Amino acid sequence: MWKSARGGAALLCAALLASACGGGEQASTGAQAGKVTLSYGVWDATQQAVMQELAAEFTRTHPNIAVNVQLTPWADYWTKLKAAVSGGSAPDVFWMNGPNFQLYASNGVIKPIEEQVDTSVYPKQLVDLYTYEGKLYGLPKDMDTVGVWYNKTLFDAAKVKYPADDWTWADFKKTAAELTDPAKGVYAVGAQLTSFQEYQYNTIYQAGGHVISPDGRKSGYDDPKTIEGLKFWTDLIAAKQSPDLKTMTDTAPLQLFEAGKLAMYWGGSWDVAEFTGNDYTKDKVDVAPLPKGEKQATIIHGVANVMSARTEHPAEAWEFVKFLGSEPAADLLGKKGPTPAYDGTQSDWVAAHPELKLQVFLDAVAYAVPYPVSKNTAAWQEAELTHLTRAWTGEVPIEQAAADLAAGMNDLLAKE
Amino acid sequence: MTTTARSRPVRAAHAAKGRRRPRTEALWGYAFIAPTGLGLAIFYLWPVLQTAYFSFTEWGAFGGHTWTGLDNYTRLLGDPEVGRAVLNTLTYTALGLVGIPLAIVFAALLNRQGLRGVGVYRTAFFLPVVTMPVAVAMLWRWLYNGDYGLVNQLLAAVGVDGPNWIADPATALYALVVVGVWSSIGYNLIIFLAGMQAIPKELYEAAAMDGASRVTQFFRITLPMLSPTAFFISIVSVIGSLQLFDLVFVMTGSGQSARANPAYARLQTVVQLFYERAFVTDDRGYAAAIVIALLVLIAVLTMVQFRLQRKWVHYV
Repeated sequence: MWKSARGGAALLCAALLASACGGGEQASTGAQAGKVTLSYGVWDATQQAVMQELAAEFTRTHPNIAVNVQLTPWADYWTKLKAAVSGGSAPDVFWMNGPNFQLYASNGVIKPIEEQVDTSVYPKQLVDLYTYEGKLYGLPKDMDTVGVWYNKTLFDAAKVKYPADDWTWADFKKTAAELTDPAKGVYAVGAQLTSFQEYQYNTIYQAGGHVISPDGRKSGYDDPKTIEGLKFWTDLIAAKQSPDLKTMTDTAPLQLFEAGKLAMYWGGSWDVAEFTGNDYTKDKVDVAPLPKGEKQATIIHGVANVMSARTEHPAEAWEFVKFLGSEPAADLLGKKGPTPAYDGTQSDWVAAHPELKLQVFLDAVAYAVPYPVSKNTAAWQEAELTHLTRAWTGEVPIEQAAADLAAGMNDLLAKE
Repeated sequence: MTTTARSRPVRAAHAAKGRRRPRTEALWGYAFIAPTGLGLAIFYLWPVLQTAYFSFTEWGAFGGHTWTGLDNYTRLLGDPEVGRAVLNTLTYTALGLVGIPLAIVFAALLNRQGLRGVGVYRTAFFLPVVTMPVAVAMLWRWLYNGDYGLVNQLLAAVGVDGPNWIADPATALYALVVVGVWSSIGYNLIIFLAGMQAIPKELYEAAAMDGASRVTQFFRITLPMLSPTAFFISIVSVIGSLQLFDLVFVMTGSGQSARANPAYARLQTVVQLFYERAFVTDDRGYAAAIVIALLVLIAVLTMVQFRLQRKWVHYV
């Protein structure tokens, strides 16, 4: 037994030596030929295939660079990424979103883009979203805006005209009143509290208000116009044209809409797959622009590709990001994935569903407002829910809740 | 004096000889528990010590921490959410103790001689214990749904308009206790059954001969003889309840959207608050202080229970 153990140890040593030599050899030839493998972190399983296709396409034109697509589901993505960044093992290139961007940029864990790039091909709001202290950090990959999805069957049943492209808040309120049918348990719309991107932020900017000051230092929740944008929703609940918060906590508005209990659903361009795939909604829905308040507005957001500040292959990582932000990559994405951000490449995405007025989402870019963020967006997003829940239940008036929220948010912003 | 002086070496030698055996035995004992002990030290003790240290620091979003002394603890004392979470957790724990008498009653019923289908009943009671808590929570979320849930449909059949159980501040915590008790009753029941079967039959025979009824036998023999088991169960379930997380996390609506639940102020537990601070707002130092405070709370409550056991636990 001793003998075999010693033999094993010797073998192990030999193996270690060999691998050490091998590693050195590989590294040296690697340096000569520039053979490099990049890791690419993404969170959406439905886009994994098209991301792999893009990676393969990139390797075809850059034979020296292989790309390893690493999928981490959304629920764990940010927790895992933070741990990986702290431990120095972040992917070379990864997906970034608006609420998290400034946290990563201000801590210097992602790399600014040094080369001069033509950003006019992307929506300006998205370029601004990924610019921190004058430096651009990511190239927009896809984009989304918000529209009003509606159930044509319920409109027909209530003999209400479909929303016009130029409808206003007044039109929306009139339509909502006509669509509500307590006898059938049908509400006009669900005043959802858990997705500000699709609900509150839109009406706040439509009312002429703001969520956060342009310099990211002050809350906009004490602005009377912002409060008007919130009141839009609490009024709908008070009028019973929207289910109350308890009902929406038990059954999310999306489920209610897909069960024919809501006539309208404010949702993003990303909902196309959801509604065309759902058996109930697939032949009943269409989409209209958001109604116009004092202004016309919709929130625009999109994912960007960024580079880790500690990547060992900065030049190759940049090549890959540049490729992902290019027209051919956007063309490929538009055929199989979400709306590409690259201007003029979205026609395939629109053409995929001729039965839906998807052009609405693209036209909205003209008046779209970027998703409001600061360095620690998550902190005040929690405060938004804590305070506004009390107004949504009717426990305190919306003016009071908004004032409390503004105070709480200002405290949090002061700590950033 | 001389006698003692003379006898001492003899006794000492004898004692030494006698002691050596236990010492080697003890060494063997340590050797056997070493793997577990090592695991405990690395995976439990070390993290606990680290957490205690981190509770005096402030963390950056991407690691790196600075010593802030007692700052986290002063903040903790003035944080209304901490007070609220502790109150909710204690209420849940206290109400959850109802599960113990319930488990004893069911165990007594299942322990009756000649009960038919006893295996079926035991399986039915034990099933929730082997089901994943997340699955249990998802299931109850549906049962409790205000408009479409089975609970309210049954109530509607008898003309009662049920509330939105887990979204209504008036009912949410109680609804949660029901699920907690339901899912732990099987475990408690098995332990009580084992306890009951260990009670000597002679006691019952003697009592029956003296003319004691079954009910008297239950209160005079079964209950006192079960008190050590009940003590064990109460220690374990109090600790479990104080660490409640998964049920609330799934039932209130996971992640940040939980805060949009109107009943959130009644449902937020200490561990849930810890989760939010550690993983949502990246306030890890403060989160560490919260769990250390919870550790102290658990230690104190367990100590109190050990003190009180003299008053009601009978060891044979």
